[in-house]
Amino acid sequence: MLKINIYRYNPEEDKFPYMKKYEIEKPQKDIMVLDLLHLLKESDSSLSFRRSCREGVCGSDGMNINGKNGLACITALSEVLKGDRIDIRPLPGLPVIRDLVVDMTQFYNQYEKIKPFLQNDTSPPEQERLQSPADRDKLDGLYECILCACCSTSCPSFWWNPDKFVGPAALLQAYRFLADTRDLEKDSRLDDLADPFSVYRCHGIMNCVAACPKGLNPNKAIGEIKTMLLKGKNSKNIIASDGVTA
Amino acid sequence: MTNTINANNIKTLEFDALIIGGGGSGMRTSLELAKSGLKTAVVSKVFPTRSHTVSAQGGITCAIQSADPNDDWRWHMYDTVKGADFIGDQDAIEYMCSEGPKAVFELEHMGLPFSRFDNGRIYQRPFGGQSKDFGNGGQAARTCAAADRTGHALLHTLYQNNVKEGSNFLNEWFAVDLVKNSKNEVTGVIAFSIESGEVAHLKAQATVLATGGAGRIYASTTNALINTGDGLGMSLRSGFAAQDMEMWQFHPTGIYGAGSLVTEGCRGEGGYLINGEGERFMERYAPNVKDLAGRDVVARSMVLEILEGRGCGEDKDHVFLKLDHLGADVLNSKLPGICELSKTFAHVDPVYHPIPVVPTCHYMMGGTPTNIHGQAFTRVNSEDVIVPGLFAAGEAACVSVHGANRLGGNSLLDLVVFGRAAGMYIQKELKSGGGVDSASNSDIDNSLERLNRLNESNTGYDVASVKKELQTCMQNYFGVFRRGEFMEKGVSELEEIRNKAENIYLSDKSIAFNTSRVEALELQNLVEVAEATAISALNRNESRGAHARDDFPERDDENWLCHSVFDPNDKSLSKRVVNFAPNTMEAFPPKVRVY
Repeated sequence: MLKINIYRYNPEEDKFPYMKKYEIEKPQKDIMVLDLLHLLKESDSSLSFRRSCREGVCGSDGMNINGKNGLACITALSEVLKGDRIDIRPLPGLPVIRDLVVDMTQFYNQYEKIKPFLQNDTSPPEQERLQSPADRDKLDGLYECILCACCSTSCPSFWWNPDKFVGPAALLQAYRFLADTRDLEKDSRLDDLADPFSVYRCHGIMNCVAACPKGLNPNKAIGEIKTMLLKGKNSKNIIASDGVTA
Repeated sequence: MTNTINANNIKTLEFDALIIGGGGSGMRTSLELAKSGLKTAVVSKVFPTRSHTVSAQGGITCAIQSADPNDDWRWHMYDTVKGADFIGDQDAIEYMCSEGPKAVFELEHMGLPFSRFDNGRIYQRPFGGQSKDFGNGGQAARTCAAADRTGHALLHTLYQNNVKEGSNFLNEWFAVDLVKNSKNEVTGVIAFSIESGEVAHLKAQATVLATGGAGRIYASTTNALINTGDGLGMSLRSGFAAQDMEMWQFHPTGIYGAGSLVTEGCRGEGGYLINGEGERFMERYAPNVKDLAGRDVVARSMVLEILEGRGCGEDKDHVFLKLDHLGADVLNSKLPGICELSKTFAHVDPVYHPIPVVPTCHYMMGGTPTNIHGQAFTRVNSEDVIVPGLFAAGEAACVSVHGANRLGGNSLLDLVVFGRAAGMYIQKELKSGGGVDSASNSDIDNSLERLNRLNESNTGYDVASVKKELQTCMQNYFGVFRRGEFMEKGVSELEEIRNKAENIYLSDKSIAFNTSRVEALELQNLVEVAEATAISALNRNESRGAHARDDFPERDDENWLCHSVFDPNDKSLSKRVVNFAPNTMEAFPPKVRVY
């Protein structure tokens, strides 16, 4: 038998969240954690979680599975089971709306803060803007982010300062546009990040890298941004007004 | 939400334009409207980047003259007309193929990270059904790609630019039903916030259905779990027609067992299918283009191989997609997402081993009939009548550019071209004083009925089991091959399933993020779409494109070179003429479709 513990909280009924125990026959073949949740929902329809593509590209079903953040739809039971036990909790650090569903507002706010769109005010050519394959390659490992929040919600610095530290996911996107040869706002993008919190709360803990279900490396991108900031004209701003050093 | 809701106890939010759905077509429409100064909202049941456009892999087909400087949009048009088995509307196809380059370059200017050729231009790969010189010049390479993650790149780029333009999103809001006034004009929707449960009347002068497909009517589908045909469900319940609903594309390469899509780009890059005997069987079915024949042709060939005992695996119930001969470099640079998916869902690394695949429900060619401006129309006394206030774009719409079979890479083009067109038209119409009258309180109460009934249910059927019944029925009787007697059985089973779906017991009546309420409402939408599909399929007595009948194996141009229009009011099917009048050139006349 599989012993499953799931974080439950319904704001209308529960004063506090609790772990609900489920037991089901261990499936014959290896299934994904999302399949397991669907099985449980068939008998307990009140269990709530987000899901959409069920193939690891939409980023809906990030959750904490036996202590590690990941996407339920591409995490096989065989990878995560501890004996016959599995504990499933919402992504850590964000307010819980219900059960495994978290309020991602802070996460999305940080994303919007880095101006996640190409900025180039020159009038475009009739066709596409040219970009060499080598320059395009610089975007690999960056543009593939699916905004699942597995990285940012595994980051102690983000837990501590979700309002001021941009966090690994949005910083990865900040670097995606800094690295794009078609973007012309590098200086202003760096200006926006040149403070003690936005980037420099990253202390290289690397939880983001361990958590990313797409195999991306936000820590590396953050390192690149730090280098650009130090070499750039705004390096002075980094030792900030409140005396907090980077 | 558990007390009876009526027009007097919900709030009204008023907009100029309302877009239902935050996928590619919805966000392209909203982007067009964001710059217009009109008050617009996108109502999306998921955060926009979770929409199913994200799963599109291979690319967006368009004659941008990058791989071939002599490419011509007319060749693309010819391929699309032929691919559609001659029931795509040629004025709409002409518009899509000729406007396409503009729409693709716009995406690039917005930042879409297309892959590149050495000269810096957008990378294009060959896809099925593509030709040069109106079928006479050999295989074309016309599909613009961002590796094998084009849909992801496109959807995120559109969201990013909507953020830039300050578009207004009602994320994780679920649209329940259209609101109609006494003149049969659409005046908005009833919707609720999934998070808070708050129900509202969203009032608008223009309501755009950009709700995507409904692949979840089948048991085996490449479609996301959210593809439940919500827009079509709403419009059918409102009594508006649906067109060409028998035309469902089965993608040749869904991963066996899991259903996840494996892009046609794999075959475009040089991969091919083999049967249990190791034979490259498409050489027999399509001697010229082999594995790059139309999707309907390849899917049927695969099923025939399996039915004739030449499948792969213990049960001989699938075939293999062979890619290892392409080498690790090509696979890692051009098809990295496929390598990832294959390892996760088939436990196979395509660098070394073939991927087990099987035809899997993929795309709804039918939908709400529209003109090229996205205006929806319906049938009144066998005449097409525009529905004031109602628009549709993307997979939810049937404009119709895909006819009986969509070509790979044309869905992304469809949604940007017609999303944009709908946005432009709505702007023009509303700024010149067009619009609709308000709905009365009783009109609004009518649209609240379904939600109230569900909320007040004390007994009834269970969503999960009725959904399974529905999906099994559609899979068994309305799959790749169809036969009248089986379909009749399917239609009568669907009557029973409809009855159950209308009597669902919602055991969890809670307010906050109650996904079981959403799933019950989605199931009812699935049933509407399934019924339209079944009745349309049963009545089209011929084989054309994706609609293949054992009992009518030939195409019948004399009787069926036409659209089918399903009328939900009396569940009847009528015929509608196909447009053979493009504006700038002679029409392509129907001919035998060989690859």
